[in-house]
Amino acid sequence: MELDQLLKQYPPEQTYLLEILSKYQTSKPTQHLTEAELKSIAEYLSIPESHIYAVVAFYSFYSLVPRGKYIIQVCRDVPCHVAATFDVVRTLETLLQIPMGATTKDNIFTLEYTSCLGACDGSPAIRINQTIHTHVTPERLKQLLDECRGDHHA
Amino acid sequence: MLEHKLITKYIGKIDPLSIASYMTFHGYKMLRKALRLGGEKIIEQIEIAQLRGRGGAGFPMVIKLKSVAAQTNRPKYLICNADEGEPGNFKDRYLLENNPHQIIEGMIITAFATGVEKGFVYLRGEYEQAYNILSRALEDAYKKGFLGQDILKKGFSFDLEIRRGAGSYVCGEEFALIESIEGKAGRTRVKPPFPTTVGAFNKPTLINNVETFATIPSIIEIGGKAFATIGTESSRGTKLISLSGNIRRKGVYEVPFGVSLRDIIKTLGGGVEKGRKIKMVQLSGACGPIIPEYMLDLIMDFERFEIFESKTGAGAIIVIDDRYDMFEILLRIGEFFAHESCGKCTPCREGNLQLNKLLEKFHKYKASEHDLTLLETLARMIHQTSLCGLGQTSATAIISTLHYFRHEYINRIEKSVTMEDSRHA
Repeated sequence: MELDQLLKQYPPEQTYLLEILSKYQTSKPTQHLTEAELKSIAEYLSIPESHIYAVVAFYSFYSLVPRGKYIIQVCRDVPCHVAATFDVVRTLETLLQIPMGATTKDNIFTLEYTSCLGACDGSPAIRINQTIHTHVTPERLKQLLDECRGDHHA
Repeated sequence: MLEHKLITKYIGKIDPLSIASYMTFHGYKMLRKALRLGGEKIIEQIEIAQLRGRGGAGFPMVIKLKSVAAQTNRPKYLICNADEGEPGNFKDRYLLENNPHQIIEGMIITAFATGVEKGFVYLRGEYEQAYNILSRALEDAYKKGFLGQDILKKGFSFDLEIRRGAGSYVCGEEFALIESIEGKAGRTRVKPPFPTTVGAFNKPTLINNVETFATIPSIIEIGGKAFATIGTESSRGTKLISLSGNIRRKGVYEVPFGVSLRDIIKTLGGGVEKGRKIKMVQLSGACGPIIPEYMLDLIMDFERFEIFESKTGAGAIIVIDDRYDMFEILLRIGEFFAHESCGKCTPCREGNLQLNKLLEKFHKYKASEHDLTLLETLARMIHQTSLCGLGQTSATAIISTLHYFRHEYINRIEKSVTMEDSRHA
């Protein structure tokens, strides 16, 4: 989606800043925001660029560097940790051949940590873009990655 | 019976995507009844019910209601705090995904009683499914005339919209949440003034948790008096419990206040796996105390939980069995707070980093008695001097384990000495 088009959907008020940032970033395959985009948003909302930068830096959803098309987030909090029967992070690192925090060379996947996803009744839980997956197993993880690759090449 | 289904009684029967289904089970009838009662009588019923907030702090709702109702500064706002980010808590998601209209109905009744014209549901960004379900529910409620202008032709108007977070735990704190709705970084404000006088957009604002709003239609239905007969002296009604960790039947359970933790864990949760023992139980979530197995006869109750110098929490129970090292768990909790601290006040921002350095020493068998003293002093200092609830409760897990699991700290120091000797040998 073009940024200009998206901005028109919102009244030019600061209260919509997070909605705009989230919606726009999600629509981009690189899942990140550029300086030029922040500048356009600042102009539209009539607020300083520094304010937007502070907001982007504060919230963990936002990124100023390009990321993979699929962001895989692994919960690192206690309920998921104690209930997991295998090491979710190591398994994903091995499957993707990247360390935690990195993006695959083909720019399809980024591996990140996340705080609790509120899915502790289905631990271990991970999130791939907007979808939370519960009760994951090594086999299920492999399957989910294959599904993403399939969607990407489709 | 251990479970008492009052606010969850229709869950499983109702199709959350259908307002007609909700209305088949008396949905929005309590709104009609409330509109007939009038604002003062609604507040009176909530006062008789002695309803306390379900989001963690347990603040009496009626105090906020009366304060906002009395404000003449307009517009006034109402916010449903659906930023459920505390590790181990998922009961709000359960309500949002399974019975969204009940929460909306509770919000409309509350808005009517306090003369509020505009409301927000601040929903955590991770809850995509809840967002889709709630969006649909709002749309349907507007179509049926339960939201918008001149609701049910009673001359009362109320608009409600969803605002989503972007991955920040501290935004569950009321002022951080307000800042976030205003399009800013989620950093708290100095209190007072409280949100009921100077809240969102510097206007009077009533903030309550999802479960609190979901309880309102039940109070209107059975009456404050009947509601107050459930539970204990200090804690009336029922509470949703999020049960997780090393437990057979994880999930959300609704129980009356006064039920023991042991009953919840053993009877509802089915206990730990065969051959395992409960080593620690963390209450409330990352912000709560860690207690040993022998304390599980403690009952769920606002007053009883005061012994932990912490808040009751939103009803999470995280069971940890004997496979886990306490310091590994504490370090994980410490890293959570260091990451989620907003950075506004020094004790929380710097203190949590330093706490983790000390915990690391215990974890790696490199701790001394001096480290123990430092850890204890620093934990208390953070608890006492932080600006908001995040900082104030970030050291609760450490403070409680220093009390109930002190032997683990002492053992670790002794083993550190032995290992140091062997390293030099």
